[in-house]
Amino acid sequence: MSHTLSAISRFVDRRQALVYPAPAVIVLFLIVVLPIAFNLYLAFTKWTVGLAQPRFIGLDNFLELITDERVWNGVKVMVYFSGLSLCLELALGLFIALYFNREFRGSEAVQAIYIFPFAATPVAVALIWRVMLNPEIGVLNYLLRSIGLPGSLWVSSEHTAVLSLVMVDVWKWTPMITLIVLAGLKSLPPDPYEAARIDGANALQIFWYITLPLIRPVLIAALMLRSLDNLKEFDMIYTITQGGPGIASETLYLYSYQVGFGFFKAGYGSALMVAVFMIVLVFNVVMNRMRLSALER
Amino acid sequence: MRKRAAVKALKSTLFYAGAVALCVGPLFVFVWMIMTGLKTGVQNIAYPPEFIFTPTLENFQAVFQQHHFFRYLMNSLIIATLATGLSLALGLPAAYSIAKYRQGRIGMIILLARMTPFVSYLLPWYIIFRHLKLIDTYTALTLTHLIITLPMVAWLMVAFFESVPAELEDAAMIDGCSRLKSFLIIVLPLVRNGIATSAIMAFIFSWNQFLFSLILSGPQTKTVPVAVYNFISYGKIDWAGIGAAATLIVLPVSVFAFFVRKTIVQGLTMGALKD
Repeated sequence: MSHTLSAISRFVDRRQALVYPAPAVIVLFLIVVLPIAFNLYLAFTKWTVGLAQPRFIGLDNFLELITDERVWNGVKVMVYFSGLSLCLELALGLFIALYFNREFRGSEAVQAIYIFPFAATPVAVALIWRVMLNPEIGVLNYLLRSIGLPGSLWVSSEHTAVLSLVMVDVWKWTPMITLIVLAGLKSLPPDPYEAARIDGANALQIFWYITLPLIRPVLIAALMLRSLDNLKEFDMIYTITQGGPGIASETLYLYSYQVGFGFFKAGYGSALMVAVFMIVLVFNVVMNRMRLSALER
Repeated sequence: MRKRAAVKALKSTLFYAGAVALCVGPLFVFVWMIMTGLKTGVQNIAYPPEFIFTPTLENFQAVFQQHHFFRYLMNSLIIATLATGLSLALGLPAAYSIAKYRQGRIGMIILLARMTPFVSYLLPWYIIFRHLKLIDTYTALTLTHLIITLPMVAWLMVAFFESVPAELEDAAMIDGCSRLKSFLIIVLPLVRNGIATSAIMAFIFSWNQFLFSLILSGPQTKTVPVAVYNFISYGKIDWAGIGAAATLIVLPVSVFAFFVRKTIVQGLTMGALKD
């Protein structure tokens, strides 16, 4: 028995580089790679779950995708929602990180409150937002009216639905960008700042000519990371608008879910999911190029 | 001199005004959530909204008694604990190996897991689990939650393992320690902060997971995000119930996040800040 044990121990020691990652790799292969391959296969089939068997139809799903108006609506909403929310989160995140970057009394407490939305369960807080955004009795319209402004229809109007969702997304995720950028700011080298101070640069010049170029790779990294989830935002949109009113806030991702699980069209739904994946991939490849070139400079 | 003091006072006033402004948004939603839970159904649909009222705990009682919320909390707790434990068991040795032997390719699988839309996993998983009769089981939910938590733990821990000096291990091995033993009794205790952070992060993200549970859970394994979502799917919206349930769901993870807010960044950036 102890002989076997020591033999195993010796084997583990000799083949450490192989044995240690093996369980994780096997599990990841089973739960990640296999389903993705299955999904890819389904994208080339016609299959309504529960009816018949998947039938191979080549590129037909992708041809249907190009002519599907709801796909283009989904892309449009996705660009609108993600473009706006990512820009706002990045800009606000940067400025709030600059704010937190200097120590002040009570900064710990402020930070603790400020990052609350980040960990809060998305569905739960989205429901609370839904309560607050109610046009008739919601507290947001009450507050607006009490300072003399007209209320808004928020998510009940197709004109403001996406904007309202952007607002909730910015509320929820700007703290995350702030934390990342703050960590980046704390790791910047002190020398350029000392040199600039000796040369008599003012705060704005220091920000523009020193901080911004130095922090650029971190900003792009934060953007990439946030985009991974933002382009695939589901919980919040599904909870607050379900893509409505009509399809005014239906992103491509939400539509792919509807096709797969609302209409049970597994083949076409999978093709849409592949399209979402491609968008995320291309965006991140481009961003990574930008990050690397920013690092070289 | 006086003018300078005035400018300084103005600056610090502005500074603290900024602090207040930053806290208003998070705090308002948080307080409104708790207030919604403490109001009666009638008070919740009153206009103008009531800011001062006599709080009642009846919503919390109803959530537990009529909606079996305790079972859902237990489900979430069990699944999040299993997913966290398994992620650590699998992720720690993998991360150690990636850090020590520079196994970039394993990192690629992890990145793939992170980039793929969750819905892409959902359809295959739904079909496979239905076939295996595993819908509405802890097994199915824990496995799918691993898709999120395992890459998270692995990436976070790579950064921590890289910070452990190799000399320490070498010294242990000269003293006759096996590599396995030195990993367990020398390296792991050195990265305990990282382990705590990644465990808490994994727990939070498993606890918050909605999409997988929405499709793959059932009456036996329903988790709290799905349970609270169901408060709106029966036609009438039970706002008081939502307030109480949301408070119960959000409080534990907020407390956790408070403890890891310093180290959380490494987990979030997955090493992206380093190279």
